[in-house]
Amino acid sequence: MSELQATSGLLLAGTLFMLGLIGVLIRRNIIFMLVSVEIMLNAAGLAFIVAGSKWAQPDGQVMFIFILTMAAAEVSVGLALILQIHHQLKTLDSDAANTMKG
Amino acid sequence: MQIWLIPALPLLGSFILITLGSRLPKKLIPAVGAGSVGLSALITIITGYGFIGDSTKVIDCLVWQWIDVGGLSPAISFHLDALSLVFIFVITFVGFLIHVYSAEFMADDDGYARFFAYLNLFVCSMLTLVLADNLVLMYFGWEGVGLCSYLLIGFWYAEEKNGYAARKAFIVTRVGDTAFAIGLFMLFQNFHTLNIQDIAHQAEQQWMVGSQTAFIISLLLLGGAVGKSAQLPLQTWLPDAMAGPSPVSALIHAATMVTAGVYLIARTHVIFEFSPDALLIVGIIGTATLVLAGFAALTQFDLKRVLAYSTISQIGYMFLALGIGAWSSAIFHFMIHAFFKALLFLAAGAVIMALHHEHDMFKMGGLRKKLPLIYWTFLIGAASLAALPLFTGGFYSKDQILWLSLAGEHGNLWFFLFALLGAFVTSIYTFRMLFITFFGNEKTHVHHVPGSGMNIPLLILAGLSTVGGFIELPHSFGHFTAFSDFLKPVLPSVMVLEDFEGIEWIVQLIAAGVALSGVYVAYFFYILKPELADELKSSAADLHSFWFSGWGFDSLYDKLIVKPYVLLSNINKKDVVDKLYEAMVWLAEFFNRLLSYTQSGILRWYIMGIVLGGILLLTISLFKG
Repeated sequence: MSELQATSGLLLAGTLFMLGLIGVLIRRNIIFMLVSVEIMLNAAGLAFIVAGSKWAQPDGQVMFIFILTMAAAEVSVGLALILQIHHQLKTLDSDAANTMKG
Repeated sequence: MQIWLIPALPLLGSFILITLGSRLPKKLIPAVGAGSVGLSALITIITGYGFIGDSTKVIDCLVWQWIDVGGLSPAISFHLDALSLVFIFVITFVGFLIHVYSAEFMADDDGYARFFAYLNLFVCSMLTLVLADNLVLMYFGWEGVGLCSYLLIGFWYAEEKNGYAARKAFIVTRVGDTAFAIGLFMLFQNFHTLNIQDIAHQAEQQWMVGSQTAFIISLLLLGGAVGKSAQLPLQTWLPDAMAGPSPVSALIHAATMVTAGVYLIARTHVIFEFSPDALLIVGIIGTATLVLAGFAALTQFDLKRVLAYSTISQIGYMFLALGIGAWSSAIFHFMIHAFFKALLFLAAGAVIMALHHEHDMFKMGGLRKKLPLIYWTFLIGAASLAALPLFTGGFYSKDQILWLSLAGEHGNLWFFLFALLGAFVTSIYTFRMLFITFFGNEKTHVHHVPGSGMNIPLLILAGLSTVGGFIELPHSFGHFTAFSDFLKPVLPSVMVLEDFEGIEWIVQLIAAGVALSGVYVAYFFYILKPELADELKSSAADLHSFWFSGWGFDSLYDKLIVKPYVLLSNINKKDVVDKLYEAMVWLAEFFNRLLSYTQSGILRWYIMGIVLGGILLLTISLFKG
């Protein structure tokens, strides 16, 4: 894989990560926040793939599998939490869950 | 015989009573309390038997090496010589009689076991005090008796004024104890030991008569003695200490503890001999106290307060004797005083109990017929206190002090005249008390006649305060000096000036005349013409209330010390030193409030925080790398 491809691959990963981050920051709907977190995870996974192919090593892909597995677990926990929040607060607005503020 | 057993037995008794206490059957409590002291008295008598004929004998007994650091090595070790033998005899024997008396006197009290536990602990501490061979152990006993005195004055703690009296006694004596402690520090600095015998040895080698150090140390020791023995200017606690039960007043505040100061000065007399000025001060304090307390006793209406002031006054005589170097006379008066004052307090306790806790003499009266035994024993005690000639112990002991205050090598005419005035006042107030209490009309009905448990100690003490005087007869008749010969190995005798030799009988006649005329004055004012006494009282009402308040010392100290102290502490209520720590608390709270704003509860702000932190860390690592 050429230098150029690696650079643009990493740029894509960075852009995706920033998009996800901004999504988490500006969204109030908790489902969208979860989706944005997924985007950030996948951006990190993409960076691993790019790095793995640059050095022709399998490690990158191994790491991606790990991330995928973890993401699946995380989403299930996350969704369960979201269900609970919806159940308790009757809304999906993350700002409503502020009863533990200092 | 093992002399460590003497203080150990009461300690054991006190330990048993504290741990088992209320679980013991009621019959067993006084058996443990009085029994332990009785055994001590028995051992004392057996040990003392060996001293008869050979009073130079000394018994040392090392129990345990207590502290050994930097040259300071006080041990729990006892030193028994003629002087401490007299003291432990009085403590254990009179103590035993008072324990026996208490068994009946306190029988209806809820704190029966507690009372005997404290009393035993007191006897143990007092024995430690007088048997100690070093000043550290003596100080330990000294504080121990102070503690027990506090506990027993406040024995009926449910009443607020008793607790106040207990605290007052504790704090006032603490002033003297502090002086005593500083004196010990100075002694250690000078001699690098606190063993009493070693100090006496080294002082003779290192000091000159009139040395400055000896003077300061003597004054500091005197400070301790003055606090414990309720002498001027620290005498204010003793009249209030009468809040305790009567046996306590008899044992602690008349017979034993308050004479600890006399013991201290007699024990360290070598130091005092190096400072004639300090001895003069001892004499002046004694004389002033005996006169002041005598006049204060003249105006009291509470039976026990009269006795309290008379105790202060009699200890004043002992201090006077110490001040003129008549050591053995002081100890002789201590012993006789212990007998007759314990007797008077116990008899007074019996009267008070018989009249349902009535302390006011003017509500008594006419008890001569109702309580004949109490009357006769009280009369014997009173005669001894007033030093009626020939047949009372008090006459022989007080007469010796009077005589030596005039004719002794350190005596002077002023001491003699004031002591004579004191003797006159003593016999007035003593018989005033007797006439008001036992003569005249019956004012309160007798509801309880004391039983044999209380009568027997009274009879024994009455016997002792009569025959006790015969062991030391004056030169003018009898010339029998068993007591001072007994003490001679420890306490040097006093020289009589040549000018006065041969006139001793004149002094005795004067003293006897003064005592008898005092009785007549009391008889005149309180039996023949009672209305005259009231007239006198109302015509000098100011003086009366001044004397009644004990020469206004309480209000003086209140104005001089208590008020300014309270004022200062009110000003400094919010302690200045605390400001620093308050500032630290304030700072912590400030940051706490500041940081708690970040806990807004809005998730996106937290994420923003993580992001900013991440950027910061990345930036730092970029610039560093």
